[in-house]
Amino acid sequence: MTTLRGPVRWLIGVPAAAAVLLFALPLFGILLRMPWSRLGEQLMSPAVHDAMRLSLLSSCSALALAVALGLPLAIWLASGRSALRTVARIIVMLPIVLPPVVGGIALLLAFGRAGIVGSWLDSTFGVTLPFSTAGATLAATYIGMPFFVLAVEAGLRAFDRRYLAAAATLGAGPVRRFVTVTLPMIRPSLQAGALLCWARALGEFCATQTFAGNLQGSTRTLPLACGVAMESDPELAIVLSLILSSVSIVVLFLLRQRWLAPR
Amino acid sequence: MNLELDVHLRRASLQLDVQLTVAAGDTVAIVGRHGAGKSSLLAAIAGLLPLERGRVALGAQVFDAGPAAPFVLPEARRAGVMFQDLLLFPHRSALDNVAFGPRVRGVGREQALALANEWLVRVGVGDRAQALPSALSGGQAQRVALARALANEPQLLLLDEPLSAVDASARLALRRDLRAHLDAFAGPRLLVTHDAVDAFALADRIAVLEAGRIVQAGPVAEICSRPRSRYVADLVGLNFLRGECAAGRLRVEGGGELVVSQAPDGAVLATVHPRAIALYRSRPDGTPRNVWSAEIVALEAAGDRVRVRLGGALPLVAEVTPLAIAELQLGVGGTVWVALKATEIAVFPA
Repeated sequence: MTTLRGPVRWLIGVPAAAAVLLFALPLFGILLRMPWSRLGEQLMSPAVHDAMRLSLLSSCSALALAVALGLPLAIWLASGRSALRTVARIIVMLPIVLPPVVGGIALLLAFGRAGIVGSWLDSTFGVTLPFSTAGATLAATYIGMPFFVLAVEAGLRAFDRRYLAAAATLGAGPVRRFVTVTLPMIRPSLQAGALLCWARALGEFCATQTFAGNLQGSTRTLPLACGVAMESDPELAIVLSLILSSVSIVVLFLLRQRWLAPR
Repeated sequence: MNLELDVHLRRASLQLDVQLTVAAGDTVAIVGRHGAGKSSLLAAIAGLLPLERGRVALGAQVFDAGPAAPFVLPEARRAGVMFQDLLLFPHRSALDNVAFGPRVRGVGREQALALANEWLVRVGVGDRAQALPSALSGGQAQRVALARALANEPQLLLLDEPLSAVDASARLALRRDLRAHLDAFAGPRLLVTHDAVDAFALADRIAVLEAGRIVQAGPVAEICSRPRSRYVADLVGLNFLRGECAAGRLRVEGGGELVVSQAPDGAVLATVHPRAIALYRSRPDGTPRNVWSAEIVALEAAGDRVRVRLGGALPLVAEVTPLAIAELQLGVGGTVWVALKATEIAVFPA
């Protein structure tokens, strides 16, 4: 990059500074309006504890599901080129751009009590996903997993498969090659994908509320609690916002080498 | 256990058809231009490319005999492969790269690391055990790759351009060490190279590959001195001399002495390009430091050139045009004056 000089400096500098402010001011807002003196008390309330526990549980379960299902999916997607893969990729990536409320409605139509799969689950196993923690987890997975699949597929496509040939000549079978060569060599993609997936699952709001409802103790995660508090107890909403922002900042910090470092 | 090859396969625009036997304890150099099929041949032997038809067998073990027969996977062939790009695992230290094979074979962790360390010391990079491949020099990486191939107790060795990533100064030492490791290995040894000097220094036999086919194969000295085509002559048709060097004079094995420039003292290997040897009807004047008269033993056509085989203490081959043969009235049994500039003799420590 060249150094900016003369009037160009202002032409670039002023809008750039405005852009930074656009993002920095809301963050300042949270910090300025933070009821610091009552922070401890707010954090101790059972409602906040419930929301934290639920958020951790649903986001971590979503990540586990994303790894268990998304890793095989990413491997398949990266293993060639075909129309079927393209269609599958579009379907899987959809939640990234889909308005989350639409995702929630779609989930309800599929897994709700009267949904295609939901009615069968209900009648056969007596399992109802809406208004349960499992439902909140499903919604979080639906929103978070595409990020994991996207990152891991990109990592696998960039991976030089000749290293697998080298490992094979050294006696390693396919499973061993995958575990000792492929996984360590795509680790940056796995880490980035997992972090993004988890962060998105943690922040999931609209799809969860639409599909799983907003019940304290079973589906009211931190973002939902935050939304509720905004109407009854704005101070609490600010506290919860601080928690969620802090987590996000930590995630970005962990991703910095891969996503934020200037190249 | 001999390695027996009857390889037929198609790869992009290349049709590979190769028949070759490599005896245990023998080093065969596959020499050819880029795209001649050298690496594909190694891949077929290692099990990384299946045959369309033919046979790859090591002793009684048939690795591949076409699509209808059972295919032995690369991980079961126990071939020690050194890839052209080395392919050292970038996330593992030199030590862990070498220990990979033994670990896979079920050797315990401590023991595998000890074994790997032993091999690193043996190939001369014992002090780089903890380094990641990205921190190694070209020569060091090459040595680690060699150790990784050897530490796995392979049944055969396949080396793809084993000296390619090394600068000139490291090359000499690495070539010498590589020769020692090849000699110490009991199974069949196959190496791919495009460099005649490497082939001469490392191999017992040469097979020249052109567009997927072996155009000439045989003992190194024979191939280098009697190339049957222009392609072979251009690739490996050099004069190779072994001898002792002292004070700028090279005493050639079997008699004869040449003045050389900038040569190390001691045992050496020297090459002279056939086109660097000038032939005259009468004793030439001028600066060449080496002038002698020799009998013409044979005249051989090699493409659009004629190779003039000289007798006497320095049995060199000169390459001239058919026109020059006519002008010099050269004939078998006749005598010519030979001139060779000292600077045209390339000398390497042997």
